[in-house]
Order: sequence, then C-alpha cells, then structure tokens
Amino acid sequence: MAVKVRIPAPLQRLTQGLGEVETGPGTIIDLVNDLDKRFPGIGERISEAGKIRRFVNIYVNEEDIRFLKAEESEVKDGDEVSIVPAIAGGC
Amino acid sequence: MSYVKGLKCRECNREYPVEPMYVCEFCFGPLEVVYDYNGIKKVLTKEVIEKRGQNLWRYRELLPIDGEPQVGLQSGYTPLLKADNLARELGVKELYVKDDTVSHPTLSFKDRVVAVALTKAREFGFDTVACASTGNLAHSVSAQGAKAGFKRFIFIPATLEASKIVASLVYEPNLIAVDGNYDEVNRLCSEIANKYRWAFVNINIRPFYAEGSKTHGFEIIEQFGWKAPDNIVVPCASGSLLTKIWKSLKEFKEIGIIHDVQTRIFAAQATGCSPISTAIKQGTDVIRPVKPNTIAKSLAIGNPADGFYATQAVNESGGYGEDVSDPEIIEAIKLLARTEGIFSETAGGVTVAATKKLIESGRIARDEVTVVCITGNGLKTQEALHGQTISPYYIKPNLASFEEVLKKIEHSKQ
Repeated sequence: MAVKVRIPAPLQRLTQGLGEVETGPGTIIDLVNDLDKRFPGIGERISEAGKIRRFVNIYVNEEDIRFLKAEESEVKDGDEVSIVPAIAGGC
Repeated sequence: MSYVKGLKCRECNREYPVEPMYVCEFCFGPLEVVYDYNGIKKVLTKEVIEKRGQNLWRYRELLPIDGEPQVGLQSGYTPLLKADNLARELGVKELYVKDDTVSHPTLSFKDRVVAVALTKAREFGFDTVACASTGNLAHSVSAQGAKAGFKRFIFIPATLEASKIVASLVYEPNLIAVDGNYDEVNRLCSEIANKYRWAFVNINIRPFYAEGSKTHGFEIIEQFGWKAPDNIVVPCASGSLLTKIWKSLKEFKEIGIIHDVQTRIFAAQATGCSPISTAIKQGTDVIRPVKPNTIAKSLAIGNPADGFYATQAVNESGGYGEDVSDPEIIEAIKLLARTEGIFSETAGGVTVAATKKLIESGRIARDEVTVVCITGNGLKTQEALHGQTISPYYIKPNLASFEEVLKKIEHSKQ
C-alpha cells in the first residue's frame, strides 16, 4: 500500500500524463517534496517557500488540509490525496 | 469582432491564448480575460449602448465572445428601482434595489453568466455543458442549455431545497445529486472536468462565464444615469460577483463612460458562512475556509475561490464586510417584501440585513446613495419561510363569516 495522489490536468504535463501517482507516508510538505524529486518542477507549482499556494486546495481523504494541520497534516498508507485548483460558484 | 486580447494570470501575469482553461499552469492563479480597451473606447459609447436591445448583450464589446451572442438573448437589463419605503424604514435618504429576481429566463443573476458561458462553449465547439451548483446556476444551465440544444450534466449537493431541485429537473438535464456539501461537489467536479471534454461553465469556462457578472454593474451605472452610486452592497459566496462589479466600474471608467469611481463596495455574508467578511473585519487577506451552516444555501461556499480578490476590491474601494444571522436573514426577506414588493431568495435577505447593519454602524452614511444587489427570486427558496410568515384567515363561504374576520382585522389595526 502507498499514498495515492490525484494530479489535476494542469500538472499532468509534469507527470508524463499520469492522473494518479503514488508516494510514501509523511506530512503534506514531505509529499510535495517527494513528488518534486520524481517530477521536477511540480513542487514550485503547488507550493512557495514551504507553504501551499493560495489557489491550490489539497484534500486528504476528501478533507481540506486547512481543517487538519495544513502543510503539516500527516498522510499514511492507504490515504488518498487530491490536488485541486480553486474554482468558483455561487455569487 | 472581438476585443479580447487573451487570458492572463491574476497572480503571476503569465499570458495565455483564448482557450477553455481556467487556471495558470504555473501557479494555479485564476485567469482573467484581457481586453483591448483602446479599441473598445472607439466603438462603445453611451449612445451606442442606448440604441441597443434591453439585454446584457448591449455591452457586448466588454464581454469575451468572438461572434454573435447565441444564448440568453433576453437575459439581463433588470430593473433598478428606487426603494423609498425601504429607505424610510432603514433611515437613509436614497436607496435603490438592483432587482435580478426578474431575470430572464430563470429568475436569478446566473442567467447573465450562463448566457456568456454557453455562447462561449458553442464558440469552442463543445456539445455538452455542465456545472457544479447550489441551485440558481443549475436552473440557468438546465434552461438555457435546453434552448440552445446542449447535452447537460448538472451536479448539486443532495441536501438542496426540494423546490430548487424541481426547478432544474423540469428542463430534463442529467441531474447528479451528490452526497456532500457544495465544496465537495466542486472538488468532485474539478476531477470530472479533468477527465471529460465538457464545458463546465464554472470550471474550464470560468474566465469567460464570470465576465457575465459585470453586466449587473454596467446596468447599475447606466440606469443610474451614467454615474456610479456612493455604495453598492453585494452578496458573497465565492466572491466572484463582487469582484466583477468592481471590475465593471473600473472598465466604464477606462473607456470613458464615467469619469470617476468613488463607489465603496460592501460584502454581505451569512454568519454561518462568512470567510470573506471575516477576513475584511480582521484586516487580513488570508481567507480561512469554513464549514457552512446557514439557511442562505446559495451563499454557502466555505472555500471561496475569489475571496482574496473580493477582499482586495472591498478594501481598495474603502468599503467593508458584514455578516448576518439566519433570523436576521428571514426578517430582511420579509422587510424587502413588505416595503418594496420584492420577494428575494435568502441571499437577498443577507444583502438587505447586512445593509441595515452597515447603516446602523455608520459604515454606510445616511445621506449617501446606496444600491443593494438582489440576485435571486424568493419563489425558489420558499422552504426558508415556512412557519415564518403571517397566517391566512380561514372563513366560511358567506358574507357573515367574512365580516366577522374583517372586524377582527380592523380591530387589530387600531
């Protein structure tokens, strides 16, 4: 088992078209760093100076990490992580 | 002829061609349509606008389409009415209601954005349109998509009011009711949008879709006699409408239709979902997402995509943010109905109640001119008022029974 990460379309050029990749457990920032090692450039798209960018939403098992421990949220084997750009609705 | 130069990231200014895309590939910032204002200035004047049909396309050079308008040909140009009774009640000199409760065809301001989004979807060659919605957008995409002949996929939170669901189903779209709140529906939709080549009006068509909201602001200025009011109070969910109304004022100034923008913009939210007004009150531009809990479901977006820009617009204009409780929302819906004869959905209750509070706290001065944006019709959310209105008088079908009740009514008025 591993952590499953869903990659949004705008980042799939960096993952050779993969919509889903696997990483090991750790904090969200560990996960971003791990992704960046395997897919160089992806880290700076998602984060800036160790912080997740303002318009990037990250969910662990469908929960927004800002309701958990933000960048320090822990993910474990079997968890699913979604990276989703912010979108609009309502007024 | 189009005056669109391209798309540009609001965060890092990277430029992109006109395509169905919505976020900057580099930093995920939202993309904004860029226009050739010098070109527009030469052709779009007050006189030209005044000669055109009474719909939102009268400002078409400032909308992001290439060819002729194709959808929503009768949408927009709703009344701006002088609300003297409400003004008296709230103790201000001059108050106006911009009344999108009568927008064609689905009775909310969403008809504006959908008219633009579906016209653009057709230009891009899509055959299927889709949206994530709390209700009003679902109605408008269902209805306008039906007329325009699109296949339609509509995603809503399953907990929506029953009447709001019927008002989509009648147009026979594929309605997908998701077991989750709006933010969860949105997250799911952005994953679906990655996989299927559909025009998701509020995802991959968003930069174009959102531009339709500007027409609410253009109309306020035009109907106000080609000038901008002192204050505009705008309901906020994602913060998109507020951001676009602010943009509409600036664009009219840019092309010389008005000379000066002194208008203050105020953000109205429900206390049960107030990430934007809270950030404004706390003087920060960091929007902390919340889990919504309010009867104003059309404003219940806990993670507002345009919250940051809405906060900036409010601050830049010298406005403020206010939030109101569910009982205050109900009271304000009734107040607007009994003073001005307008039945607004809960979002309008939020706007009127917030306006009242802003006046009482002195944030809106009593001698200034204020416009209140009412964005949707109350017939859509009647559940919110069940048990909250006055009751009918029940009588027998004879004159005596009626006169007995009449006596009671007259007595109670004394």
